[in-house]
Amino acid sequence: MGAVLRIVACGSVDDGKSTLIGRLLAETDSVPHDHLEQARQTRRGGSVVPTGEIDYSLLTDGLAAEREQGITIDVAYRYLDLPGGRRLIIADAPGHDQYGANMAVAASTADLAVLLVDAELGVRPGTHRHLAVCVTMGVRSIVVAVNKLDAVGYDQAVFDRLAAQVRAMAESLGAEEVHVVPVSAIGGDNVTTASPNLPWHDGPTLLGLLAGWQPGERRGSVGTRLPVQYVIRGNRFRGPAGTVVGAALRRGDEVSVAGSGVATTIRRVIGPDGDLDRAEPGTPITVELSEDVDIRRGDLLTSRQGPPPSTEFGATVVWTGNQRFEAGGDYLLLVGPKVVSATVTGPHGLLDVRTGQTGPANTLSVNDIGTVTVTTATPVFLDSYADSRDTGCFLLVDRRTKDTVAAGMVSVAERRDDDRGVVPQDYAVDRTSRELLKGQRAKVLWLTGLSGAGKSTIADAVDRRLHALGVHTYVLDGDNVRGGLNRDLGFAPEDRAENVRRVAEVAALMLDAGLVVIVALVSPFRAYRAAARKLFAPDDFVEVWVDTPLAECVRRDPKGLYAKANAGTLRNMTGVGQDYEPPTAAEVRLDGTASTEEAVARLVSVVTDGR
Amino acid sequence: MDITSTGTEAAVLDTLEAEAIHVLREAAGAFRKPVLLYSIGKDSSVLLHLAIKAFRPGRLPFPVLHVDTRWKFREMIEFRDATARQLGLDLLVRTNTDADAAGVTPFTHGTHEYTRLMKTVTLRRALDEGGFDAAIGGARRDEERSRAKERIFSVREPGHHWDPRRQRPEFWRWTNTELADGQSVRVFPLSNWTELDVWRYIRREEIPVVPLYLAAPRPVVERDGVLLMLDDDRFPLRPGEEPMDRWVRFRTLGCYPLTAAVESKAVTLDELIDETRADRRSERAGRLIDGDGGSSLETKKSEGYF
Repeated sequence: MGAVLRIVACGSVDDGKSTLIGRLLAETDSVPHDHLEQARQTRRGGSVVPTGEIDYSLLTDGLAAEREQGITIDVAYRYLDLPGGRRLIIADAPGHDQYGANMAVAASTADLAVLLVDAELGVRPGTHRHLAVCVTMGVRSIVVAVNKLDAVGYDQAVFDRLAAQVRAMAESLGAEEVHVVPVSAIGGDNVTTASPNLPWHDGPTLLGLLAGWQPGERRGSVGTRLPVQYVIRGNRFRGPAGTVVGAALRRGDEVSVAGSGVATTIRRVIGPDGDLDRAEPGTPITVELSEDVDIRRGDLLTSRQGPPPSTEFGATVVWTGNQRFEAGGDYLLLVGPKVVSATVTGPHGLLDVRTGQTGPANTLSVNDIGTVTVTTATPVFLDSYADSRDTGCFLLVDRRTKDTVAAGMVSVAERRDDDRGVVPQDYAVDRTSRELLKGQRAKVLWLTGLSGAGKSTIADAVDRRLHALGVHTYVLDGDNVRGGLNRDLGFAPEDRAENVRRVAEVAALMLDAGLVVIVALVSPFRAYRAAARKLFAPDDFVEVWVDTPLAECVRRDPKGLYAKANAGTLRNMTGVGQDYEPPTAAEVRLDGTASTEEAVARLVSVVTDGR
Repeated sequence: MDITSTGTEAAVLDTLEAEAIHVLREAAGAFRKPVLLYSIGKDSSVLLHLAIKAFRPGRLPFPVLHVDTRWKFREMIEFRDATARQLGLDLLVRTNTDADAAGVTPFTHGTHEYTRLMKTVTLRRALDEGGFDAAIGGARRDEERSRAKERIFSVREPGHHWDPRRQRPEFWRWTNTELADGQSVRVFPLSNWTELDVWRYIRREEIPVVPLYLAAPRPVVERDGVLLMLDDDRFPLRPGEEPMDRWVRFRTLGCYPLTAAVESKAVTLDELIDETRADRRSERAGRLIDGDGGSSLETKKSEGYF
């Protein structure tokens, strides 16, 4: 599609968001003239707009209650045509702390976020919060509008300093594309036309930037999915209908009904204007299948690479219910058109939206964003949210009131390859033969613990000792893999999950190659370590907890990270900004304050005993 | 001259069409007994067209309901009946006959009370009697500022009461379609369409509309600064009012004594679209019922008006 660009507009209270949106609408002639006239004649308390001029903030006013309070408490949608003809849908999200869920709603469908920063007030807690929510909801392209430059004399130095600061913050939270534009919404500088007040700015106007913006390739990708909304019955016709997501669906494609194992072929694809050879993602279609397959609303038709069935998965949820989260509570789980019963446990962590850091949590209240585990009675078919916003999301609904209590994003779906049409090729030389050649038993030692606990030091010492003993080894060190394999990942919880997943998969390959693999990785979350463990046979995986008190780690601080975290320049630092969940059933617990030699002796015996 | 590049315009309409069809299929699939509210206007015509597309090659899986106040333009009623015949619609027409018999008219009861009795009350009764749990309508967010925050699936409490605090958050393209006892829902597949989108889509898809949208010489009087059409002999003239023939058309269609005409020579859709682009007055400026109070439409909505 791409003809409709959806943005979320966010900013702290009084950053001038309403005025900026009002001006964008007015200057693109998207506001009825009688509304403009009203905005010229009406004034509300505290307005600084001179009489006779248009108060642009009034153009985006909505409900009566909001007009009285002079604030925006719900998401409003505005429309304008960009130069070039694309449609812009602006989801105008409320700026207050207590309406975080509304901002998440606005961000959930956005391609791009426009974030306002007040040039006079600079970066505020709200700035962190808006960025954190946007990135959590999968908006990784950010346009920062540094507003009110008129109030600082259009000073380039102020702009440059703020631009660098917000850019760094956005990138540290996981934003992939950050643009910064100087504007004055009230003065109309560089909103839709270049301004003589900003001679030093040689970039585009805000409108120009939006008009020229094209979405990049989304991270990850999934195959074709057709969540079945309705089964259409006609004269000798019976066909499931829904909107294609993931990848295009073609006539003649082999598909299956997820979970049924039944494969069939697409005989006919019917789009809004008749038969199609190929339906692109986003197209509403009806299909005719070559076999008479039992199919109903809630089923999922997929290409051969369908999502795995899962009955348990980790997720980030935005809590929207007025009732607080109840650990172990029973909810209705809505996955697209599918409704099943689910039990939700946790929360394992709470995103501090003021700072973008994840900390410990006891419960979740309205507007909180936290991590949970969802367990279902019957399997559901989900992609990870990073791979697909369409099939990696779900809603939790209160069984009695039917209120939506949470919106969720799948972080670690349980991976099972048996239903994905992936047929592993058998090779004659297998792990056992490689182990025999090396004269060793392969194993994975997974060292988890706080930064500074001594994982790398111990890994290095064990590696050297084993090497000296003639054992073929390899060390996967967290910081080292982040320089290459995992260079694209940050430290937000979902990135940490992916970091752990990739390291675990690499360790599994090395294990298959017959090596003794030593992993040194903070891996702070229990659920993610458990997911890693699932890749291995029980005897192959040894979880080693390097247990060093936080105070000692902070004292050591070999990489100076705690100092940075405490100074506020490093977010998501385990132990400071994020929780470390200690293992409950590690095979080995090492006292991190004891000598390295003791640790080496212990771990070497674990490896050599298996020979 | 329509300056928007044709390819992009078509792609914008395709996206809006896709979203509307998705919403219509959700409504039909998730709710027990949906009904399509048909007001005979341009938005209803687009909605009906989309609904037929959404369920092809099957039939429209729900009935179509018109709340007839007995004060609609005559051409609207003719158009409605012809459309129902041609498309084979299961058309339900409901009127508040008690109020009609009691002599409630736009002239005697004031616009607010008239609208409440003839439209709001009738609609609520029709939905209750039919046991409909989902009413699909053609309202758009760009019609009026209080509608900018309306949900695509707008939940109504028992008694059809609209409570802004109980509205559900709408994440992604999937909505919570579960209803508690007594709750119902109003569904707006055209939420993200603008007035121009509607006309461009009508032009592209060649959707028939009531001829009143196009200019013709029609008998009108000027009253309180607006032109009102004398559609039949029930319109009581005030002393000094002189019917005259003017070239007029209507931007929205409702009850004829409450719907202002605009002077226009636009006799084709192309001319109408050009004029809509040039005339930047808000669409509902011609609806006399919205004008009684600063947040008048919002007040009506909380009472159960569409």
